[in-house]
This record gives sequence, structure tokens and C-alpha cells, in this order.
Amino acid sequence: MLRYVVRRLIGAVFVLWLISLITFWLFFTLPNILGANPAVLFAGRSPSPAIVAAVSHHLGLDQPFWTQYWHFLSGIFVGRDFGPGQNCPAPCLGFSFINGQPVWQEILSDLPVDISLAVGAAILWLVAGVSIGILSALRPRSVFDRTAMGIALAGVSLPIYFTGLLALSIFTFGPIQIFPNLHFVPFTQNPLSWARNLILPWSCLAFLYAALYARLTRAQMLETMTEDYIRTARAKGLPERRVIFKHALRSAITPIVTIFGLDIGILLGSAVLTEQTFSMTGIGRLAIQSIGSRDLPVVLGVTLFAAFFVVIANIIVDIAYAYLDPRVQYS
Amino acid sequence: MSNTPEPTADYGVTAPVAAGEAPSKFLEVRDLQVQFPTDDGLVRAVDGLSFSLERGRTLAIVGESGSGKSVTSLAIMGLHNRRRTRMNGEIWLDGTELISASQDDVRQMRGDRMALIFQDPLSSLHPFYTVGAQIGEAYRVHNDVSKAKARERAVELLRLVGIPEPQRRVDDYPHQFSGGMRQRAMIAMAVSCNPSLLIADEPTTALDVTVQAQILELMKDMQREFDSAIILITHDLGVVAEIADDVVVMYAGRAMEYGSVADVFYEPEHPYTWGLLSSVTRLDGARTERLQPIAGNPPSLINVPPGCPFHPRCRFGALNGGKEREVVPALEESSPGHFVACHLPVDERRRIFRDEVATSL
Repeated sequence: MLRYVVRRLIGAVFVLWLISLITFWLFFTLPNILGANPAVLFAGRSPSPAIVAAVSHHLGLDQPFWTQYWHFLSGIFVGRDFGPGQNCPAPCLGFSFINGQPVWQEILSDLPVDISLAVGAAILWLVAGVSIGILSALRPRSVFDRTAMGIALAGVSLPIYFTGLLALSIFTFGPIQIFPNLHFVPFTQNPLSWARNLILPWSCLAFLYAALYARLTRAQMLETMTEDYIRTARAKGLPERRVIFKHALRSAITPIVTIFGLDIGILLGSAVLTEQTFSMTGIGRLAIQSIGSRDLPVVLGVTLFAAFFVVIANIIVDIAYAYLDPRVQYS
Repeated sequence: MSNTPEPTADYGVTAPVAAGEAPSKFLEVRDLQVQFPTDDGLVRAVDGLSFSLERGRTLAIVGESGSGKSVTSLAIMGLHNRRRTRMNGEIWLDGTELISASQDDVRQMRGDRMALIFQDPLSSLHPFYTVGAQIGEAYRVHNDVSKAKARERAVELLRLVGIPEPQRRVDDYPHQFSGGMRQRAMIAMAVSCNPSLLIADEPTTALDVTVQAQILELMKDMQREFDSAIILITHDLGVVAEIADDVVVMYAGRAMEYGSVADVFYEPEHPYTWGLLSSVTRLDGARTERLQPIAGNPPSLINVPPGCPFHPRCRFGALNGGKEREVVPALEESSPGHFVACHLPVDERRRIFRDEVATSL
């Protein structure tokens, strides 16, 4: 088991390294090839060639690609010095072109928004989606099943900026102002206020995912309920409740756990639409803003971060799966 | 266990008892009907089946696929979904009528007084729980004991069914067992509460031949150990000859012939039984002619042929002058303890068997 985890971790480090290499090349070298010096972006409006050259030198863009990349990579682990007053401690992802803040700090200050959004919504959608899925599967084609699956179809089809705006127009700006003046409050500052401000985004996000999970759970449950070992469980004389939860759900939930892990990983780095709809600046919105202002170091940092989440989620899912399904071999 | 029926009057095959009467046998199935309403029509999976069984004896139910064998076993166990199944008739187990009993009463008898051994032990065991946990679970449902006690019981049962190193193997998962060991574990689970009725639904079909014999031997051991009645569902006539006392030959959800193994195998009177016997290989090479498959296919259970359900495939149907197309033959006693549902006169069918069928077996 330990060997398996270590091997997966080594693989993950390799993947992250590859992503860093490609994104770095994409953002700092490709523009040069296409005739657009990134230094121009940093140097301000209509800079003279001398200033551009100075900035290029300052950012190290006049050095060979591998030297640049090495400085960037080592900066993440040991920090980096861009000159007097511009010391960037590890983990260093450079400074923003726009406001001169360290990229790491920018991401770190926006991360709580994403973690709050993803974790809260995930708990909601997992509980709601799986419960509805089970109930639907137990009475297929019943009124409950048809209603639930009809709503689920709507949930899957409606984008967050539709349900989100609808919710906002009712509960924040509309007739029932239960959640007026929405803004993000850190959990550490005031947990109650934190939750109150997040209930709407959580619900809208959870509605979308719960719909997917309900459909998935229903399909999985319907399939496992026809398995021979379910008949065996009944033949033993187990009460139906135990047959459903201990035997059927145990099998049906396994693929759902896998998808759940990946969904959280992806959501952490790219809840852009939700953030945008509810005007909360997480790293998805940070990415959009920096792309708009061509703030390359921030874009690079956010990309790496999002990739990091997905890779970590993948490892956790793989390990969880090996634990959930005894047939999976670690070696 | 001898293969020939005991001469005592208590044992063996007797005439079906009229409905509602108190049962005299350990297990009595009377005029059982199992039907599934579907979009295409009503599936009459079992249509008026009666038989009885005493403890310590083995009844084999044989027939082609779709003849209602497994449906019968699931009906006795109460494993049909009641919302999608219509059941009529009576199933008396040790004084309790199961069809009219509440679902919860039947559930409490399942696994405790009657147990089922399935065909494919790999798909019938839960892949995510250890063998020991699954056996222990069966024991704990019906006995108020701790998990540790249940585990001890699981080890004891695994030893009983001949699993080597049961102390260690009890924590293995089903995929770590071989096919034969899985079936042994299945049997261990089935006998965990000393059931008095054991139903085995093609218990050896998924196993290779050398293991089949061991599993049959084990089932006989278990029968001796617990004095159980066994219902063996199979299409393997060799297995029947090996361990059964009585045989029901089923076709289209009905009993065509019912009697002791000696009667049904050596003096069969129903053309369908002749067909089954003619399509079996013999390893001793005594058979001189080619195997004779039964012509045609089993009938649709939605549109069962009128009259004798077997008449479209029967080589001798025409001898009845059209009666076979109109009248459903009743299961009648042709000699003591030997029942046959056939329109052919008794002497005629005995002659046909002696002169035309027996010679090519």
C-alpha cells in the first residue's frame, strides 16, 4: 500500500513538473516567438526600446529558456530575488505585472473563497444527490422517481449563471430578500456570517451537481439491485433496509466516490462561473481578470494551482478506490 | 444416503393432498402457480405444481431452461418481488404456509429454516466483504450473538465445509477463493443456521467436473449433519442419479413426471422424460446411437400450447387422436408413487418405452 502511494506521488510530481514546463513555455516564450515581448506588458504604456530591454533584463527574459525556467522552478522551492526591495520568498511564483503583489499571496488570499464554495456545496450535493438517487432507484417509475428525475434533468441542463441569477433576483434583490448584500466573509472571521453569505451559491452549485449525482446514483443502484449477491443477501433473511444500505449501496457508491473526488478537485480551481455570478473573487475569477489584463505571472500561477488540485484529487481518489474495492491490486 | 427410495410409507412420493388440508409432510407444495404480468402478457412460469418432501431426503427438479425450476425455488424462499408476481397455491414448510404468510415472517425463516445455494458462487458473493463477514452476517441475522462469536462460527463452518486453514481464509475476499472454494463458502453460509430445507439451484453448473463431485459429496455430508431436506434444481441428469431420491420432471411450468429416481430413470413413462434421457451422453460408451436432442424449442410461457404443453414436440402426440391439443393431461398415478401427466394409455406408453426408446438409451 505504501509503495503504491509513493509511486502515485512520484507520478503526480512528474505530471506537475510537465505542466509547469509547458505553461511556462506557453506564457513566457511563445509570445516572443510570435513577436510579442512579455516585458512590454510589464513596462507600461508605449515604452521606449531601452525601457523594454531593461525590463526584459530585470525579469530575466533576455536569458536562454532553460535558465529562465530554472529560475522560475527553483523560485517555487527556495524563493527568488528580483533586486533590491523585490525579494520573493519561497514559494515564489513571481510578481503580478499589474499590482506588483507576489502571485502566491494573490492566490492564497482568494483560495478561501474556493475552498468554502467547493466544500459546502459538495456536502450538500452529495447528501441530496445520493439520497434522491437511492429513493428513485427503490421505486423506479413511481411519481417520486419521475418528478425527481425531471427536476434532475433541469438541474443538469441549467447553467449556474441561470439558476444563480434567478436565485439572486429572488432572494437578494427580489421580493424575498433573505440574503441581501452578499459578500464573502472568511470563516475565521465570523462563521455564521460566512455560512449566511454562502448559502445561495452553495445551493445553486449543489443543485447542478446533485442533479448529476442523483441520476448517477439511481443508475448505479438499479444496476446493483439486480446483482446475484443482492439476491444472496435477501436469501440470508436480511431485513430489506440492510440489503439496500449495507449490500447494494456499498457497491453503488464506489464509482460515485471516484467522481466526487475529481469534481471537488476541478471545482477548486475553476468555479469561475459561480464566483462571477455571485461576485466572489476566488482563483477562477482571478484567472479571468489576469487573462484580461495579460498579467502573465498570475495566469501561470493560477494554472499551476488548478492543475495541482486536480492531480491531488486524482491521487486521493485512486487511494480511496483501492481501499473501497478490495479487488484492486496496489502493485 | 442410498439412491433407492425407502420402502416405508412415510417416505417417498405420495398423491398430492387436497388444498387447505393440514400437511403431513415436512415440505408440501400444492398446486403452486407463479405468474408475472408483463407488457407482452401474463408469463405463467409455474402452473399447478405439486410435490412433497421429507427431512433427510433429496428431491431433484429437472427440466430445460425456462421450465420453471428456479422460479419454483425462489417462490419457496419468498424471493419473488411481490409487487411484480402473482402467486397461488400453498407451500407448507414444517406446518407454516408460506404464500399467505407475511413478508417479514418469511424473511425470518429465510436463511434460518430454509437456505438457498446459488449457481454462480462468484457473482453470488458480495465482492467487497470478506467471506467470513458474509457467513457471520447470515448467522447473526438469526442469532443474537456478538461479531466475535459470529466470526468463530464462520471459521467453524469453513472448517466443516473443508476449507483449509479456515482461521486465515475467513478474512479473505471472495475473489481470493477458487471456484470450488467459493461454492464451499456459499454452502457454509447456507448451513450457518442449520436449515432444515436446503435448496440448491444448479450448485455445480459453474464448477469444473472434478470439483462438482466434491461439492455433491459435501452436500450429502451437510444433509447427514443437519438432517435437511434438499431440493436440487438441475438439468444435469448425472447429478440427479448421484444424489436424489425423488425426481420432478418439469416442462412449461408443470410436472410431467414425478416419482422415485428408480421409476423416472429406469421406467420413465413420459415422452418428454424419454427425450431428456436420450439427450444425455454416457461415459461408458454403452450408447450405440447418436444423441437424440428433443426436436423444437421450449414453449413461450406467455402462449403455452393448448392441451398438453409438450404436444408440439411430442413424437407420439398424434396417437391421441387430437385430445392432446384440447385437454391438459392430469398428473395421474400410473403405479404406486409414480405420477405421469400423459394422454397415452399406460400400457401403450410402457410398450413404446420398452420397444422403441429403451433400446437406444
